[in-house]
Amino acid sequence: MSFLIEINNKQVEARKGETILDVLKRNGIKVPTLCHLKDMFPTGSCRMCVVENLKTNRLVTSCSTPVEEGMKILTHSARVVESRKTIVELLLSNHPDDCLYCVRNKNCELQNLSEELHVRERRIRGVKNNNHIDRSSVSIVRDPDKCILCGRCVRVCEEVMGVSCIDFINRGSKTVIGTTFNQGLNTSSCVNCGQCIMVCPTGALSEKSHFPELLSMLSNPEKTVVVQYAPAISVSLAEELKLEPGKDINGIMNAALRKIGFKYVFDTTFTADLTIMEEASELVERVKTGGVLPMITSCCPGWIKFAEEFYPEMIPNLSSCKSPQQMMGAVIKTYWSGKTGVKPENIYSVSVMPCTAKKFEAQREEMTNKGITDVDAVLTTRELGQLIRMFGIDMNNLAPETTDSPLGYRSSAGKLFAASGGVMEAAIRTAYHFITGDELIKFKIEALRGFKGCKEAEVDIDGLKVKVAVVNGLANARILLDSIKRGEKTFHFIEIMACPGGCLNGGGQHIGASEEDVKQRMKTIYDIDDKETIKVSHKNPEIIQIYEEFLEKPLGHKSHELLHTHYYKRDVIH
Amino acid sequence: MKTEIIDILQKYPAGAKENLIPILQDIQGNEGFLSKGSVIEVGNYLSMPTSKIFGVATFYNQFRFSPLGKFHIQVCRGTACHVLGSLTVLETIEKYVGVKAGSTSRDGIFSIEEVACMGACGLAPVISVNGNFHAKVNSESIKEILDSYRKQAEL
Ligand code: SF4
Ligand code: SF4
Ligand code: FES
Repeated sequence: MSFLIEINNKQVEARKGETILDVLKRNGIKVPTLCHLKDMFPTGSCRMCVVENLKTNRLVTSCSTPVEEGMKILTHSARVVESRKTIVELLLSNHPDDCLYCVRNKNCELQNLSEELHVRERRIRGVKNNNHIDRSSVSIVRDPDKCILCGRCVRVCEEVMGVSCIDFINRGSKTVIGTTFNQGLNTSSCVNCGQCIMVCPTGALSEKSHFPELLSMLSNPEKTVVVQYAPAISVSLAEELKLEPGKDINGIMNAALRKIGFKYVFDTTFTADLTIMEEASELVERVKTGGVLPMITSCCPGWIKFAEEFYPEMIPNLSSCKSPQQMMGAVIKTYWSGKTGVKPENIYSVSVMPCTAKKFEAQREEMTNKGITDVDAVLTTRELGQLIRMFGIDMNNLAPETTDSPLGYRSSAGKLFAASGGVMEAAIRTAYHFITGDELIKFKIEALRGFKGCKEAEVDIDGLKVKVAVVNGLANARILLDSIKRGEKTFHFIEIMACPGGCLNGGGQHIGASEEDVKQRMKTIYDIDDKETIKVSHKNPEIIQIYEEFLEKPLGHKSHELLHTHYYKRDVIH
Repeated sequence: MKTEIIDILQKYPAGAKENLIPILQDIQGNEGFLSKGSVIEVGNYLSMPTSKIFGVATFYNQFRFSPLGKFHIQVCRGTACHVLGSLTVLETIEKYVGVKAGSTSRDGIFSIEEVACMGACGLAPVISVNGNFHAKVNSESIKEILDSYRKQAEL
């Protein structure tokens, strides 16, 4: 049912069940929001989105008030603007005010609101917050003093991630966001996904940075500093540098990395191809020998920790493959080191990831080989943006460069890892080849693409009906895994990524990207796959070369030593 | 003998989250406080993240997370006591004991609790130590009172 309401003296159409905010958005009218999160039930707690209803002469929160026939709404009356301004002034009254030193300087919702509403003096003075900064996690830093208690992190952690390791603690002016018994985040069930950072309006949540060590390594003549970057980076870095959203800037990114001082530039997509070789072989072996099924992907360290904590009984289902980041780390310090003569202990291996959980993964005990860590430092996309700015690199005046070889060449299948469903598509292409000796005729599996939380498909491989599922958002993983445990569903192979939409929307990406921008990243990935000619991992010439020269065969002795790993049940406070 | 946590939990249906507060009250009634272990067990029993349980429990003043001290000091923060300076009294006690209200001193001798009106407004500002009332206290007299309890504890 639809009817008319009046907004800013104009009649507009509204539908029953919509909120005022829904109607405002459809009509291009912007009101500020803080606690509101798209597609989630409104809490109406911050009052930032107030509008005036002339019919009742009251201020109402537009995000949580349903439209009613005959409403007369003013979105920017003097009364409305004044109350919004007061809310911001109250939020600022106990804020640390150290914008100049804050990671979110120039990209902060609180700063923006204060500017938009023309806050020019400190009218309200409150007692400053004085909480401990929680640096216990290897991925996430929490600074509760900068928190404005919007609750977005709590909701994402619970409703999108199904983790719930943080909540509102205490009451009234003593309220903080914290963990059970205020312990460090490292002892909680946090999976390091960083999605809380992505929704935080302020600098209360950020990634753990390793800049000082990285900078000293870059200027240390004894170290050969090498870098790898994940498939998603080239299509998401642009926004961090104010370039066209979703554009593939692979070539100039290579050039920028060399300007920063990385001696060799490798593409993690190469080891995504390597992952496919190993993982598809593992799948084929499990299917043929009656191994544990469904097999579940292991590329996402957020998902892996989640499984170790909440689904330890499914650890045998996890593929034993290391993630592409760790495979690259391992082959750099063995294969590449052997080829070039650079000693492993003199290599400082950096990776750029769309992800905060990769920082956790890189320091896992299992991710070392004879006492040498696979990967030494992990940067997020945001941190790479920061490095590029720090080194004064003008991205508009760079000639594109290619990666170093070997370890730099990729297929377009590996590139698909950036998107939810991509590992699955790439694995099916190669598994098909391993089983039949032929190539698939139609590569695209439309049902596995896009942002839907759980996607399912059935693929015919030589008469074998392979049932697959793709999940993104760990809350969706819970739903799927529980239905498998209850025996309601069966699959051969499942891809699970913690972040909604996959790595291209990971917790290390640019903060403040619009939904359109993120969709554009996905489109760019699929365009690359459409355009390029090597569409399967097993045809990547450098992959063929590394097996010939070094690894011998998938699941062979060397692979097991370097490219595969184990997972353990984890005792944390749930 | 103390009732085991599991005996308390089994009085309530598993997974019934609406019983969270009565369960926590029951446990505290039995053990004197909510330990980390008991919060984790409640979480398992109700299939609820412990962060949520801790969040709810810290919302209410009645729950404590450390065992009571040998002497439990309750400081009235009702209106009459407030007007006559109970905040200074509380601060003096916190300084003396070395911890904030809601906690227990390291040596286990004192614990402090803020309570709403104790119904003894005529005695304001009033505190009670293990149930014994001390009337019209001030920051001077409070030290003497606590000194005498400390001596008792050290005997
Ligand atoms: S990193 Fe992920 S799991 Fe950890 S607190 Fe943030 S949202 Fe929750
Ligand atoms: S940490 Fe950030 S997202 Fe979480 S409540 Fe505070 S301001 Fe909001
Ligand atoms: S955005 Fe509407 S109340 Fe917070």
